[in-house]
Parts: sequence; C-alpha cells; structure tokens
Amino acid sequence: MTPEEEDIYRRKQKSRALAMAIGLGVLVVLFYLITIAKIGVAG
Amino acid sequence: MNTTTATAPASPIAADWRDFYALTKPGVMKLVVFTGLAGMLAAPAQLHPVLAFTAILCIALAHGAAATLNQWYESDIDALMKRTANRPLPAGRMDRETALHFGVGLGVFSVLLMGLATNWLAAAILATAILFYVLVYTVWLKRRTPQNIVIGGAAGAFPPLIGWAAATGDVAALPLLLFALIFLWTPPHFWALSLFVNADYARAGVPMMTVVAGPRATRRRIMLYSLAMAAVAVAPWALGLTGALYGLTAIVLSAVFLALAAGVLANRSDRPAHMKPEKRLFLFSILYLFALFGAVALDAWLPGMLAA
Repeated sequence: MTPEEEDIYRRKQKSRALAMAIGLGVLVVLFYLITIAKIGVAG
Repeated sequence: MNTTTATAPASPIAADWRDFYALTKPGVMKLVVFTGLAGMLAAPAQLHPVLAFTAILCIALAHGAAATLNQWYESDIDALMKRTANRPLPAGRMDRETALHFGVGLGVFSVLLMGLATNWLAAAILATAILFYVLVYTVWLKRRTPQNIVIGGAAGAFPPLIGWAAATGDVAALPLLLFALIFLWTPPHFWALSLFVNADYARAGVPMMTVVAGPRATRRRIMLYSLAMAAVAVAPWALGLTGALYGLTAIVLSAVFLALAAGVLANRSDRPAHMKPEKRLFLFSILYLFALFGAVALDAWLPGMLAA
C-alpha cells in the first residue's frame, strides 16, 4: 500500500468505527425505551 | 469487521459505512417500510409508539439483511449488469465475507428484536420473509426459472402481514388480502422494468420472462396479472373490510393501472428507446402501491380522527 492508499484505508476504517459507535449508542437508548414501554404495558 | 489490526493489511478492501448502507437497498426499503406501517395502522389494535417504531425498524433491518445476502450470493451476475455493476461487492469496495457477516448478523438481530419488543408470531413471519427471499428466490428460483419473480414476489408481500401481526398478535383476512395484492403487483411491476433492461438480464444469463418467453408473451402476462391484481385490490372494500375512501382509491387507481397495462400490451416494439408505455407502467406501479397502502391506513384512522 502506498501512503495515500493507507491514508484512505484509515479514513474509511475510522468512519466505520464512528458509525458503529453511533449505532450502538442508539441501541442502548432504544433498549431502555423498549424496557420502559414494556413495563408500562404490563403495568 | 474485516480487520481490527493495528497495521493496515495488504488488501486494499476497506468498506466505508456508505457501502454497508448501499447493501441494504435503501431505495426499495421505503416501500417495504411503508407497506409494513400501513398494515400496522390498519390493524384494530394499537401498539405503544416505541414498540411500533421498533417493529418498523425490525422490518427495515430484515429487509436490509435480505438485500445484503441477495447481493452476497449474486455478486457474480451483478458484475455483468450495468444497473448493478457499481454495487459494493461487484465494484470491489467490500469483500464477500464481510457482507455475509453483516447480512446474517442483521437478520438474526432483527428477528430477535421483533420477538422481544412485540410478539413471536410477528418475529416468525419476519424470519420466514428473510429466508424466503434469500433461499427460495435468490438461491433456488432466480437462476432457474422465468417464474422467479412470480413466486419470489411473495417475499416482498410479507411487510403488511408483519405490521398487522406485530400490532394484534394474529393474522386476519385484510392483511392476507394486502399480502395477495403485493404478490400479484410484483410481476407486472418487475416485468415492465425487465422489458426495458432486457439486454442486461440476457447478458447475465438470468432467465427473466422477457429473456425466455420474449416481449410479446411477457406483455400478455403483464395484462393478466394486472387484472388479477385489480380484483384483489378492490376486494377489501367489496368484502366490507375497509371503507369508501379505500374503495374509491382502489377502483380509480386500478382502472389507471389497467389502462397503462393495456398500453404495454398494445406496444410491439423490442427497442428500449420505444418502450415509453413500459416505463410509464413501471413508474405508476410504485405510486399505485404507495397510494393504496396510504389509503388503507387513512381509512382505518380517519373516522376516529374526525370523531375526536
């Protein structure tokens, strides 16, 4: 890999990691809301 | 996913998040999500808004999983068609193993989340829809028979059934008719498209009806399926399962659909440049499905909204 290719590779890797982190954060919030809704429905 | 090592590997493949997004076929997803939402809104039971959102999210994720696994299996023929050659796998922006892991992971996750958030009947139908699209349509039928999209169309017909099942926990006549409507809509919709991209399918060796039976026989079948589809479209109103708003929408739009299908039947040209009736029917068919499912949902909600 040339330095330019490695730079592109790293940038893509970073954007994927960021997208994954955002996705996981959204899931944490979603699971919290689902739990509250389920408890509310059961109650 | 394909690498977590500290140093960059020799392979230049490093898919960006946009490639994963492209694998889920977001364009088609809109129609899938919309029909699922309409099935849910037409149901006589109401879900908690968070659970309703989660159910729709699961339908979208399951669609993404099925689309990803379809592209994983078909990357060889996608590379041969102009329309699909720039997808992440044939274009070489992602390796096949990464796509496989992404598709399987997304599919399993969507089914489990649906089961936990709503009910296991909805989750079972969701799993059936994914497996039907991947195993029955993609692996079994697509390369073997010109009936591929007729039977495979059932996979795209599941969302209203899933939306309804998520809300009520059961299946009734109306969502089954909505399933039949999408099932019978799929052949005229796809055959209209394949008439003007026929060269692509022929080059890839996909036995589409247009390639195997020719344009004339395909146009006849478009007309026949459109007639059956129009009958099913009007049936929910005729059977008293929906109100006049849906009935009127279904009658008017189905009449337009049939008129456009008749235009396709009358066309004798084999050249894509002279296939305006086919392009018109293809574009209208998308609007038709959006409008009919919008009317189903509105029909169920409007009386309550007006009374409030």
